[in-house]
Amino acid sequence: MKHKVATTINGRKHEHEVEPRLLLVHYIRDVAGLTGTHIGCDTSQCGACTILVDGKAVKSCTMFAVQAEGRQLTTIEGMAKDGQLHPLQQAFWDEHGLQCGYCTPGFIMAAAYLLSQNPNPTEDEIRRGLEGNLCRCTGYVNIIKSVKAAAAAMGGAQAKPAGRSAVTAGGE
Amino acid sequence: MAVSQLVGAKIHRREDPRLITGHGRYTDDLAHSGVLHMAVVRSPHAHARIKSIGVEAAKKAPGVVAVYTAQDFNGVIAGPATHPVAPVFAPEKKANPPRYPIAKEEVCYQGEPVAVVIAEERYQAADGAQLVDVEYEPLPAVMDIEEALKPGSPKAHLDQPDNIAWDATYVPWEATDEAFKNAEVVVKQRILQNRLSPNPMESRVVMAEYDEFDKRLTMWMSTQNPHWIRLFVAGALGLGEHAVRVISHDVGGGFGSKISPYPEDYLVPASAKLTGRAVKWTETRTEAMQNAYAGRGQIYDVEVAAKKDGTLLGMRLTQMLDAGAYIGTFGAFQTCACLLAGGAYKWQAISSRSVAVLTNKITTDPYRGAGRPEATHVAERMVDLVAHEIGMDPAEIRRKNFVKKEEFPYTQNFGLVMDSGDYDGTLDKALKLAGYDQLRKEQEDERKKGKHIGIGLSTWIEICGLGPGAVTGPATGGVVLSESAQVKIHPAGGVSVYVGTHNHGQGNDTTHAQIAADALGVPIDSIDIRHGDTNEGPGFGYGTYGSRSLAVGGVAIARACAKVVDKGKKIAAHVLEAAEDDIVFDQGKFHVKGAPEKSKAMGEVAFAAYGQLPSGMEQGLEAVAYYEPPNFVWPFGAHVCVVEVDTDTGNVELKKYVAVDDCGNIINPMIVDGQLHGGIVQSIGQALYEEMVYDDESGQLRSATFLDYAMPTANEVPDIELDRTITPSPTNELGVKGIGEAGTIAATAAIINAVVDALSPFGIKHVDMPATPDRLWKQIQGAHAMSHDGKEARK
Repeated sequence: MKHKVATTINGRKHEHEVEPRLLLVHYIRDVAGLTGTHIGCDTSQCGACTILVDGKAVKSCTMFAVQAEGRQLTTIEGMAKDGQLHPLQQAFWDEHGLQCGYCTPGFIMAAAYLLSQNPNPTEDEIRRGLEGNLCRCTGYVNIIKSVKAAAAAMGGAQAKPAGRSAVTAGGE
Repeated sequence: MAVSQLVGAKIHRREDPRLITGHGRYTDDLAHSGVLHMAVVRSPHAHARIKSIGVEAAKKAPGVVAVYTAQDFNGVIAGPATHPVAPVFAPEKKANPPRYPIAKEEVCYQGEPVAVVIAEERYQAADGAQLVDVEYEPLPAVMDIEEALKPGSPKAHLDQPDNIAWDATYVPWEATDEAFKNAEVVVKQRILQNRLSPNPMESRVVMAEYDEFDKRLTMWMSTQNPHWIRLFVAGALGLGEHAVRVISHDVGGGFGSKISPYPEDYLVPASAKLTGRAVKWTETRTEAMQNAYAGRGQIYDVEVAAKKDGTLLGMRLTQMLDAGAYIGTFGAFQTCACLLAGGAYKWQAISSRSVAVLTNKITTDPYRGAGRPEATHVAERMVDLVAHEIGMDPAEIRRKNFVKKEEFPYTQNFGLVMDSGDYDGTLDKALKLAGYDQLRKEQEDERKKGKHIGIGLSTWIEICGLGPGAVTGPATGGVVLSESAQVKIHPAGGVSVYVGTHNHGQGNDTTHAQIAADALGVPIDSIDIRHGDTNEGPGFGYGTYGSRSLAVGGVAIARACAKVVDKGKKIAAHVLEAAEDDIVFDQGKFHVKGAPEKSKAMGEVAFAAYGQLPSGMEQGLEAVAYYEPPNFVWPFGAHVCVVEVDTDTGNVELKKYVAVDDCGNIINPMIVDGQLHGGIVQSIGQALYEEMVYDDESGQLRSATFLDYAMPTANEVPDIELDRTITPSPTNELGVKGIGEAGTIAATAAIINAVVDALSPFGIKHVDMPATPDRLWKQIQGAHAMSHDGKEARK
């Protein structure tokens, strides 16, 4: 049995009939045809599928498409406006914040939410803000730099170079 | 080459705009009308006999188009006698079980394909797979390397004589008798290499379409080397290579796990042939953890002879390698650890032997570094153990034994020629940058306060840029790992460069364009770098692995450009009405010697190349070059790691990480640094967190998700301070070496040496990987128990 779902993705209305079990990420990729949102795991650890749902960062593999009824969704394709890269996109490019690029949309979306909540994060806050996203290429060094640079470009004062607090390194 | 304009500059990556805006072309992103979806039914057992497979219920499920088992692929995929998955390249092969892409009677690892379900939709295929009813008779699983070698051990394959995949001695033990006879100090250590899951963030995806009338197969897939896949798949499906096209656009990381062919690389095109429709398979992460070719998984027994003054004399090394259920296509490459374990040091003699064992686990194959991280770990740990034994500073013993700058090229114990190096230079710079002497003082002060700080060094070297034919030809069964490039200059001056390497994050599209722009003297924006399509470019491309895209692929580009310039000179001579010998090419312009005002730009010459030319001269301005390197290249460096171990919990905090590396001349410093960051963090993963854990009895993979397999997050990694020295490689005219694997090769040793150093007050001399809190806590507790005065030691 199919259900109707109506959402707004990147400012555009989408209406489809979908199976109730269809994951939101599969809806975005396979039904709405926006393939910039990627899938890197089956268990909601990697964050490659992160999008904004009503402005909040959500791993889109953790929602069913039908749960997005009436919501405003933003995906990576909605970040650049009028041919202008979003400051986060520009910063990832400038700071070499990506290598294979597969995790990048998820990182940019998670960072967009972080900066919306905390326009001027410390390095430690950036690390914690992005701990739900995995990258296997960059070692995170330049991702953190990118987010700092974007924060500065977006009007937050230069991100504080505060040292890291006693972060445990015991693995999750 | 023209005066360098772009080489060495931080150029923004040209591949980034599409990737940061969500317009990448990863295989699963490609739309294909009418495509069917494949799901794979896999063995839940590590070892079992298949008694029956019931497919009727699955066939009737909604949307299911077909269910295939091994017998359905008979006649489509060549039989097991021809070993269709791929040839294997192993020394002195003993048991080399034939591998068919789908199990017939026996399954030999958890995840081995048993049936495939093809359906209209992704979810329907997965539903159908649930309905395939397979009856198994479980068999004892071979899970432990040493147990597998014992007489009477169960066998990983019922039809093999034993579990020995190979047993190769590189230099016999007697060769080190003299060194050990003269030894004043002998240290012995068993060193474990944890089995690792490569985990590129994009798992594998294969899509295929077969045209029955033209007898042509097109495959889109996530691979590091499309031409190799074409070679293997064409052979197995009985097609000529000309009839098979493999396309691999954007690939979300590889790390070695996308080199060798996999069962699905055959099952997808074969299913496309059987169904007459395009078929796609997208691997889930759990499938990837179970089935992606794993890395490491080795035991090293090492013995070192030295003098009391720190002079290293001899090493004896046995590598016991878990080959997995089938020998990996390039699995034997991991034996290079046996040839490189001497590291950056001079030895009288080294003996080594590799014993590979078949187990009921997924195959091991090259994973970032492949044999070289293991070699570094052995060399650097053993040198530290000797230093500890004789009470010498770890930096001092290294300096004492380094191959010195003036001794290059240096022929090491196994006859390999180290091309260039300045090991003292990188060590001195790293120690200075880290503030080594100050760190030692702080360590002492902190110990008095009960804090356990450790400082670890790794003065690593590596061998990369695969590779010279004399070595790689025999190793691959005949194919020399050279590299190809084709350069075409179109009439209006646009340039297409086709490369045989592949780009899956390394930034080659940018560095390769920098090389071509300098060599041709044209604007970088007029150059298109093309990779990942076997229908384009030269006849064969060798792919990207072993840090070869620059040191081999880059040189091929430079040489193809040079050929184009040579032809351009002939055309310029005609246009400028001068003798060819009088034409000089400089910064994109051909001019007459002594008359720079009489010149033609490359674009003008290109246009003329398609016009009327003197008789005997062909139109066109393009060239193909194959470059076979005369030697490997040998990057090196020095890493310094500082850790604090919480002895109450066993937790390791990375406090500082400094790396000074040397990869010869640099094309793009931003990319070099990025490669190092990523490599070092993968190594942090191996050193502290990651391990594929199997149940000893059932053979089930217990770390099959990212929840259980702990890769570093942004929270675990320290700031990494990088610096470099530049010692050009004499091996190639660009003076370059590779950097893709360097961080991973270097870092485990620095981290573990730091952890051991932190725990040395407890009498701990060695720590295995991953150095998890659990493992360290137990080791610390054990040390307490051993100690007569645990409290005192603890202070």
